[in-house]
Amino acid sequence: MKKVFGRPVSLTDVPFTYCPGCHHGIAHRLVAEVLDEFGVRENTIGVCPVGCSVFAYLFFNCDMVCAAHGRAPAIATGIKRSRPDSIVFTYQGDGDLASIGTAEIVHAANRGENITVIFINNAIYGMTGGQMAPTTLAGQITQTSPYGRDPKTMGYPIRVSEMLSTLKGATYISRVALNKPANIIKAKKSIKKAFQVQLDRKGFSLVEILSSCPTNWGLSPVEASKWVEENMIPYYPLGEFRVPEEVA
Amino acid sequence: MGEKILMKGNEAIGEAAIRAGCRYYFGYPITPQSELTAYMAKKLLKMKNAAFIQAESEIAAINMVYGAAATGVRAMTSSSSPGISLKQEGISYIALAELPCVVVNMMRGGPGLGDIQPSQGDYFQATKGGGHGDYHLIVLAPSSVQELVDLTMDAFDLADKYRNPVMILGDGLLGQMMEAVEFKERPKVDLPDKGDWIITGCKDREPRHIVPFDLDPSVLEKWNYNLGEKYKKIKEKEVRYEAVNTENAELIIVAYGTVARIVKTVISNAKEEGINIGLIRPITLFPFPEKVINKTADNVKKFLVVEMSLGQMVEDVKLSVNGKAEVNFYGRAGGIIPSPEEILKEVKKCL
Ligand SMILES: Cc1ncc(C[n+]2csc(CCOP(=O)(O)OP(=O)(O)O)c2C)c(N)n1
Ligand code: SF4
Ligand SMILES: [Mg+2]
Repeated sequence: MKKVFGRPVSLTDVPFTYCPGCHHGIAHRLVAEVLDEFGVRENTIGVCPVGCSVFAYLFFNCDMVCAAHGRAPAIATGIKRSRPDSIVFTYQGDGDLASIGTAEIVHAANRGENITVIFINNAIYGMTGGQMAPTTLAGQITQTSPYGRDPKTMGYPIRVSEMLSTLKGATYISRVALNKPANIIKAKKSIKKAFQVQLDRKGFSLVEILSSCPTNWGLSPVEASKWVEENMIPYYPLGEFRVPEEVA
Repeated sequence: MGEKILMKGNEAIGEAAIRAGCRYYFGYPITPQSELTAYMAKKLLKMKNAAFIQAESEIAAINMVYGAAATGVRAMTSSSSPGISLKQEGISYIALAELPCVVVNMMRGGPGLGDIQPSQGDYFQATKGGGHGDYHLIVLAPSSVQELVDLTMDAFDLADKYRNPVMILGDGLLGQMMEAVEFKERPKVDLPDKGDWIITGCKDREPRHIVPFDLDPSVLEKWNYNLGEKYKKIKEKEVRYEAVNTENAELIIVAYGTVARIVKTVISNAKEEGINIGLIRPITLFPFPEKVINKTADNVKKFLVVEMSLGQMVEDVKLSVNGKAEVNFYGRAGGIIPSPEEILKEVKKCL
């Protein structure tokens, strides 16, 4: 009998430790499925961040290196430059990528490093218990914006994909969501395109994934997915911001 | 071979690194070491299976080293004091991940932006850890351009031997000066095979992880103990120093790097005045040559430590002497190099 829905080989059998309804697990699975479909697991090196997905090395069934907070793109650069034939990806949260690691992501993109970045935008610092992220929405209440994020003093939420897509070095940039099956299918396609760009040696690719953090948003998993739809997607429009002609 | 070439210190380090098999260099410009970054650009950008990146910051540069070293290649970064401060986060991660790499610090006056003159103000940072946590670098302190070359080559071997970051601790004077150097034929050294830990993709084996954390303190404590064992071994096996005129000396000066060069002049100037002094020059600052200093203190009752700082290595000398002799200190700070005359004056004050 043909197995139609199994665990991808690119995931270990260690059960996810993410909270119920957290989208990190779905994102892991999609990346793993893509690695399986390209048959590149044994040639892949992943770099995990500091954040809830610091444990990603337990879940991805490939060689993994753990970065300091925000530095994954620089580490991935060092790996890829010394092993240009390996498939190299980073997996980073929004505090990691868009706050402490802003310089590293901007310059990896600008150099056109031939790596793939999976960027989990959950509008919050998950791991440290729900502080404001650079992507936290205006008015959103967090531990460090207890009266709601006031853009006048705390800045506006950063649209990372739009910002990075102004860089000529970036080849593929898209934003996807995981809040409903139709979006998950699109997300998978986009992740596949991103790795395709790397396989074709076309340069830097990044997929921003709008993701839930029910625990720190104080919502049920179902409400959290709805919150993505109603609050995040209007501010963070889904779509492709940079596409190389051939994969468009 | 045997041929001597006139080279600037910073460039000599670059040539030595390349001859030692380093093909991956990541750096960020800063005076007084920029010639090294430029040299690596000139050479590595023309080589195959090599990379030179002018990183966006010293933080990024050390993390590129982290990534490259994880794949088993010889990788290096260099900077001067303010840039080395930025690298400390990465160095701490690399220390726990036990990745071999070489970090060059051509020290300049500090603290803060300081100035761009030679200094030895980063001794504490280099030898006591520098970043967070319990760890040590192997720290080599050259005092001539020839030694910059030899120690740079040794640094890569030591890094591989112990899977530990190695720091070359020089200063702006050594980096900027020109001297004749020889790139000697080196005996082949037996180094451990990297094949059982490097990250290369998991073909035909189980996946590997380089993960410098564990939330279980009992695991992390074990890792720390393992590092401690390694440092103990390094202390037993890798101490290097030079001893000059220590027999029958009335006083021993302890100095390293640029200052040690000047002290050699002081020794002969003193002799002319009938004063017999000696020098112990630590070549490894970690591991520190504590045994020879302690033993010398059995016979010589006066020590003078001279540094281009307010007094950092002097603490290690005091610990080594362990009360058996008097330890004096003379230092210049902020990028000022002490003259032979002022050092001799200090010697006379001690006698
Ligand atoms: C240098 C440094 N600063 C701060 C921290 C603490 N810290 C750990 S994870 C984190 C934020 C993680 O948030 P994000 O990147 O959004 O990931 P998430 O947990 O939301 O997936 C912070 C601030 C750290 N580990 N290192
Ligand atoms: S805290 Fe948030 S981001 Fe972290 S695992 Fe839980 S739900 Fe996911
Ligand atoms: Mg987050």
